[in-house]
Amino acid sequence: MGLPTHEPRGAQLSMSAETAGRPGPAPHASAAALVPYVLGLADDALVLGHRLSEWSGRGPTLEEDIALSNLALDLIGQARLCYAYAGEIEGRGRDEDALAYWRDEHAYRNLLLLEQPNGDFAMTMVRHLLYAAFLDPYFKALSASADARLAEIGAKAAKEMAYHLRHAAEWVIRLGDGTEESRARTAAALEELWMYTGEMFEMEAGETALSAQGIAVDRGTIKPAWEATLARVLAEASLARPADRWMQRGGRAGQHSEHLGRLLAEMQVLHRAHPGASW
Amino acid sequence: MYTQGLNSPDAAATARSEDPARLARFQGKVDTEDKVEPNDWMPEAYRRTLIRQISQHAHSEVIGMQPEGNWLTRAPSLRRKAGLLAKVQDEAGHGLYLYAAAETLGISREEMVEQLLVGQAKYSSIFNYPTLSWADIGAIGWLVDGAAIMNQIPLCRCSFGPYARAMIRICKEESFHQRQGYEIMLTLAKGTAAQKQMAQDALNRFWWPVLMMFGPSDKESLHSADTMKWKIKRFSNDDLRQKFIDATVPQGHYLELTFPDPHLSFDAASGHWRTGEIDWSEFKRVLAGDGPCNRQRMHTRKTAHADGAWVREAALAYAAKRAKRANSLPHAAE
Amino acid sequence: MSETLMPLWEVFIRNRSGMPHKHCGSVHAADATMALHAARDVYTRRGESVSIWVTPSSAITASDPGDKDHLFEPTASKPYRHPTFYTVPDEVGHM
Repeated sequence: MGLPTHEPRGAQLSMSAETAGRPGPAPHASAAALVPYVLGLADDALVLGHRLSEWSGRGPTLEEDIALSNLALDLIGQARLCYAYAGEIEGRGRDEDALAYWRDEHAYRNLLLLEQPNGDFAMTMVRHLLYAAFLDPYFKALSASADARLAEIGAKAAKEMAYHLRHAAEWVIRLGDGTEESRARTAAALEELWMYTGEMFEMEAGETALSAQGIAVDRGTIKPAWEATLARVLAEASLARPADRWMQRGGRAGQHSEHLGRLLAEMQVLHRAHPGASW
Repeated sequence: MYTQGLNSPDAAATARSEDPARLARFQGKVDTEDKVEPNDWMPEAYRRTLIRQISQHAHSEVIGMQPEGNWLTRAPSLRRKAGLLAKVQDEAGHGLYLYAAAETLGISREEMVEQLLVGQAKYSSIFNYPTLSWADIGAIGWLVDGAAIMNQIPLCRCSFGPYARAMIRICKEESFHQRQGYEIMLTLAKGTAAQKQMAQDALNRFWWPVLMMFGPSDKESLHSADTMKWKIKRFSNDDLRQKFIDATVPQGHYLELTFPDPHLSFDAASGHWRTGEIDWSEFKRVLAGDGPCNRQRMHTRKTAHADGAWVREAALAYAAKRAKRANSLPHAAE
Repeated sequence: MSETLMPLWEVFIRNRSGMPHKHCGSVHAADATMALHAARDVYTRRGESVSIWVTPSSAITASDPGDKDHLFEPTASKPYRHPTFYTVPDEVGHM
């Protein structure tokens, strides 16, 4: 074992180095509002990252298998940064694993869109397009947050999400304008997932207060960019924008679809089977 | 270990029809450690042996994603989750580098994949064993990757340029894998009683199959002479196996784990650790298809490949449409 | 085997400003954009690269000037002999 190590970026994150001496929350922010907000960002990233990791070994090509893992690693990295920050502000001694593995589904605050099963490759890419088209401009805006730590997280994640958006968009275009089968699958995926897109733009009371303080981003302000991106991509993909409809919601309040329970059961089972153990 | 199941009975026949002067010049090049590159003349048997070895190595990497991938969704910490995902991703990458190297010899990736899916090509026997606990992830990193590294470092000096270069890239990434695996074992061995038992159980199940990875003694193999002469294989199976045993036994003892071998003993005279007899009938059985996971591994790979067909078709259809549109544009821009 | 072959692309990467692009391997992709994505995902996982070039492998013209005697392979106008570099008429059937 004498060779130099070349750790890939997913594994390079050193939490102690990351969190030691880091800027804390902006003084006027209340932990009561900030913690749930940051947990929401963390849960979003972890749940989607977990879903994407399920593609490992199952991608349509080796290249895409690797690409999907890259997307997953970026998101898991974002989740870890957010969990660490949330735990610090909360001040109850909960680290990233305590937050990820010991909260039940009613405590999870992720969007419903992200916990949906992967389905086929079209479903996965459509889900990613819908989300990345939001998260890319969102994180760009967050990088100007009055909270220095969130600004840092936003800046790093924005760079990553720019690539996520390009990748998902290129695939949706190819699947929409590929074969009749790929078009049908992609259109079906859009129809199925559209009802989850409204939730991305909702603000809760605490989040609205944070936005007023320049800490969180007003999600509504992201809508025009999101619509414009989708219009461009769907047009190039020869796909129709689904009709407006009733939007599903509840994720931020811990009211999830039936899928999250199963996802968390699998994700948390081993960690919970050995309370207090180190891994 | 990537030549498990290698079988080229017609190599000798082809060799007889090739110009002896050319063969001699080729051998002279190899003897001076000069690299053979894709456009160089090479004996047909050299080309075929390499295609088979490199492609089986590639298949092993891809199939190897499955036993480890089995614990991705249950990884017990976020750090381990990210680490394992990166490792399995690396394996996909290694498969890709190796398919790419083999393609320089005149075969397509699609054809190699087809050979795997119809059962014509082999992959390393170790991946036909199940991963039954998180400790198996540690054991695979420590032992399986450890064994692979023994084989892979000499391959960095293989006579065929693209294979050697792929191996250099792979070896750089592989050392991280083995360290990660050993660190997992160390954490378990120093952990709770249940974790320590998990680690011991993993070692119990993986030790003998890992020793079998190196293949039977070269006295059993018909084709070692050629692969050694052509500097595709650089050390004998037994030599590599012994080197691995000598490096690994002290590592296991440091973990305060017991090897599942009552005959394991240190021979002070030679400085080597001696083991009991390997059950080669198990190895033959697993290679022939009767291991615990052979069918499952193939089924998973076949399903993934079939499920992805419409995606690959769509990508090609889109590219064809785009090319057609580009060709039919009037040259107004000129 | 009924599947159409995916085109092969050679990948060249410039790791740091000031350095030339270096050949690092190949990827399969249906078009140039996806080849760039694949190259980025496969070959730059461990560090940022400044620039990536991809080219269809069949577009490369190669020679091997080191070999002046009979080791020089006559078909060496391609970098190597890959099934996708040579088109076979459909009537000839699967090859």
